[in-house]
Amino acid sequence: MEVALARTPLYDWHVARDARMVDFAGWSMPVQYSSIGAEHKATRNAVGVFDISHMGRLRFDGKGAAEFLDRLLTRRVVGLGQGLIRYSLVTNDAGGILDDVLVYHQADHDGDPFHLLVVNASNRAKIVDWVEQHSTEANDVTFRDQTVETAMIAVQGPRALSALQPLVDVQLGDMQYYTGQAAQIAGHVGIVSRTGYTGEDGCELIVSAESAGDVVERLFAEGEAFGIQPAGLGARDTLRLEAAMPLYGHELSEAIDPFQAGLGFAVHLKDRDFIGAAALRELKARPNRLRRIGLELSNKRVPREHYPVLANEEAVGEITSGTFSPTLERPIAMAYVQPNAAELGAELTVDIRGRAEAARVVPLPFYKRDRD
Amino acid sequence: MNPDELLFAETHEWAKVDDENGAKVATVGISAFAVEQLTDLVYMELPSVGTSVEAGREFGEVESVKAVSPLYSPVTGEIIDVNSSLPDSLETLNADPYDAGWIIKVKLTDETSLAKLLDYAAYQKQCAEEG
Repeated sequence: MEVALARTPLYDWHVARDARMVDFAGWSMPVQYSSIGAEHKATRNAVGVFDISHMGRLRFDGKGAAEFLDRLLTRRVVGLGQGLIRYSLVTNDAGGILDDVLVYHQADHDGDPFHLLVVNASNRAKIVDWVEQHSTEANDVTFRDQTVETAMIAVQGPRALSALQPLVDVQLGDMQYYTGQAAQIAGHVGIVSRTGYTGEDGCELIVSAESAGDVVERLFAEGEAFGIQPAGLGARDTLRLEAAMPLYGHELSEAIDPFQAGLGFAVHLKDRDFIGAAALRELKARPNRLRRIGLELSNKRVPREHYPVLANEEAVGEITSGTFSPTLERPIAMAYVQPNAAELGAELTVDIRGRAEAARVVPLPFYKRDRD
Repeated sequence: MNPDELLFAETHEWAKVDDENGAKVATVGISAFAVEQLTDLVYMELPSVGTSVEAGREFGEVESVKAVSPLYSPVTGEIIDVNSSLPDSLETLNADPYDAGWIIKVKLTDETSLAKLLDYAAYQKQCAEEG
């Protein structure tokens, strides 16, 4: 049986721009419009616009919202100042990663405070179940999945703020990175945040589903002078890979814990008791586990997910994501390997369809933007 | 070359069969549709002269940012020439897939598989269905 794919509010807009549409986590999404390389470079050099409406947006209201989320997230939510956004993980009792999320503490346009979780499209159903499973009436928290009634648009690149500024009634340059606020966006109420998944400066917008088309039209009219381009999931993947941002289902899974993934910064263990905390205290002290590394290859063949990584012809791990980096013009990959093979500069090989290709362990991220 | 004069495999390779000194020689490449679908080509692996190829069997691979795709031979025979400059100038495949973008030349040892190839009209119909 073929299940109909969900469509974002911008589906017609993508089709009108000749996007190649693919199934991503049950959504019909644009993988590319012109080419991955061109969209990647537009985002690194000017402005790329991504429809990320497929990502789950879960709103929590009520006095108990912060405490409730504090119990579900590896990062402290109680005390998170209004306007702040934090990267966090949702772990199970064993400390395995259920999802990586952004948690927002916001006031909406009426001034009412709420928390928002932005979760991966592929994990939305699982996280909704997890939330429902752990909520009780005593929590004083109400929860609403706003994914379908809203749209989310990422505006990324060195000229993103310039392109977006004429549309919004907040000073984007005054907002700190990882903050968000209620704003009028092309005359529609929404949330603008200084966040992204590309390694570039930029913003993400949340607006109602009905206003998404209008917002994007206005954005492209204003952004034309700044070289604005639509960008698909293909470029989103190469951009996040260069920035070494993990992707759930590749670098992250229930079989991986945050410390292996190099995400210890998002785990607050001190004086806290969240789901998975006990296991994570124990895992943090345990040595000799696989860890996430970056690899750079000198030949042009590209390592792909699941290809074996070897040291002195002994298997030491596996590739989780690989691509040909449009910025560095060579193949790059992330992998999980044994700690004795994880040292920076270590010379390893990747088994690419039966042939060993030389690979060197390099620092992450592969690409870091110049900050002014 | 005009694509109307070529034969196409369902796997998106093309072949042009000529008589050379009494032998049948096929020039083989990949279609403009395939190049467009692959996009962002980064690497191509080619066989060496003298290698035997068989219709429907892999003879090389082409890699894009997104994925690697095998190249299947549309004909059976022995490779007598390889476009060795192609891997260093993959943009040729975008600009000129049916001439400068040729990949290998094969001296045919068995012509029966040619009957399975599509003419351009039939191939275009297949591409339209694949979208």
